[in-house]
Amino acid sequence: MTLTELFLLFLSSIFVHNILLSRFLGCCPFMGVSSKLKTAQGMGAAVVFVIVLASLMTWLTYNYLLVPLHLEYLYTLSFILVIAALVQFVELALKKLNPVLYKSLGIFLPLITTNCAVLGVAVLNMNEGYGLAAALVNALGSSLGFLLAISLMAGIRERIEENEGIPDCLQGLPMALITAGLMSIAFMGFTGIIK
Amino acid sequence: MDIMHVMITPLTLMGVMGLIFGVLLAIASIVFRVHQDNRISLIRAALPGANCGGCGYPGCDGYASGVVNDGASVNKCSVGGSAVAQRIAEIMGVEAGEHVPVRSFLRCKGTCEASPRQLVYDGIDDCRSAVTIPGGSPNSCPFGCVGLGTCTKVCVFGAITMGDDGLPHVDLNKCVGCGTCVAVCPKAMLTLVPVTADVIVACNSHWKGTMVKDVCSAGCIGCTLCAKKCPKQAITIDHDLAVIDQSKCIKCGLCAKVCPAKCIKVGESVKVIEKSA
Repeated sequence: MTLTELFLLFLSSIFVHNILLSRFLGCCPFMGVSSKLKTAQGMGAAVVFVIVLASLMTWLTYNYLLVPLHLEYLYTLSFILVIAALVQFVELALKKLNPVLYKSLGIFLPLITTNCAVLGVAVLNMNEGYGLAAALVNALGSSLGFLLAISLMAGIRERIEENEGIPDCLQGLPMALITAGLMSIAFMGFTGIIK
Repeated sequence: MDIMHVMITPLTLMGVMGLIFGVLLAIASIVFRVHQDNRISLIRAALPGANCGGCGYPGCDGYASGVVNDGASVNKCSVGGSAVAQRIAEIMGVEAGEHVPVRSFLRCKGTCEASPRQLVYDGIDDCRSAVTIPGGSPNSCPFGCVGLGTCTKVCVFGAITMGDDGLPHVDLNKCVGCGTCVAVCPKAMLTLVPVTADVIVACNSHWKGTMVKDVCSAGCIGCTLCAKKCPKQAITIDHDLAVIDQSKCIKCGLCAKVCPAKCIKVGESVKVIEKSA
């Protein structure tokens, strides 16, 4: 892939194929931890960190272990194994080496072990047949897209909390779901910008 | 050859991968071991282990590390009360300080008799669901207790039971003041009051007197009789609802006597004073 293509891939994975609003992967934290901007950003940062690392590891696993042994069908199992072990390892290492970062990522780090966005990006990289550079760029773009979407959502939800004109039956989660739908429609506007 | 490819290779691969990761994690947990302050485990052992979250931390483990690392005060555990506060203070080497325990209190006397239920609510059996219907409550009084007993379900200490009168009853001997029921009540009917507070207005209605009388015979109508009677001026009327300033209250119980709706609840200490007077 040329540099231009990589750049276009980066942009399209953030906006056009936003992992939350177009691919609908990892929607659980999108609803669960988007009520406060600060926690949402903490979650987003943890996701960026883990997705990029996990994509690197799963790409290596797939291309240097599974493909040579003709065991491609084992990708789900081995990816989950790699991701879970990796997150555990990173958590242990961070606790010792960088307590400040460990504290700011907090509970979100172990939580995203089971986030489907992490597995989703790894599987996407595999299905599209990306090289290592493209896989990493796609991982970085997708996770930044996650950070962008969840931060926007949290900002909107903080304002909605202040709005007393919302009917009782729509307050809280129902309004958040409607907001998510509208945001998804808004992001559809990016479709076609990059082919 | 076929068996080799179908069975042995994948099994070996997954087994070896699992083994390698397991060993790596085991090594990592030794290499990256963080030396924990042993006061944390001491405090954790002193805590009751109810994990109710009443202290504001996620569970007893969270509070133990909060005391050591974030300098949280030692008397936050409402379950353990002053005994546990004393133990933690010893471990931390500080003074425990004054600790007034709090208990949950229901600010409503709208029983089935006092405030007849006029609507049959047939939705999800949970107060938080019932308050989403138009009008804000299946009962006539939108301020009052919904009476579906969500608080009884969340209380891990079994201190709240639903009475036949349609209201939850707090068992003061079992209640530890963790505040779980306060957080879950959609009408904010339950509040935490110090156990020393014995004269409390058991109504939450800000409606005008005539409107209150239409829906409940035990509601505060904002008549100001109690405020006029109080010798210490401890009672103010906030939007047609009497509010007692506990710091001024001397527990004479005069307000409860003059209250036409009998919505001021008095406790044990007041009766003792009445007898001795």
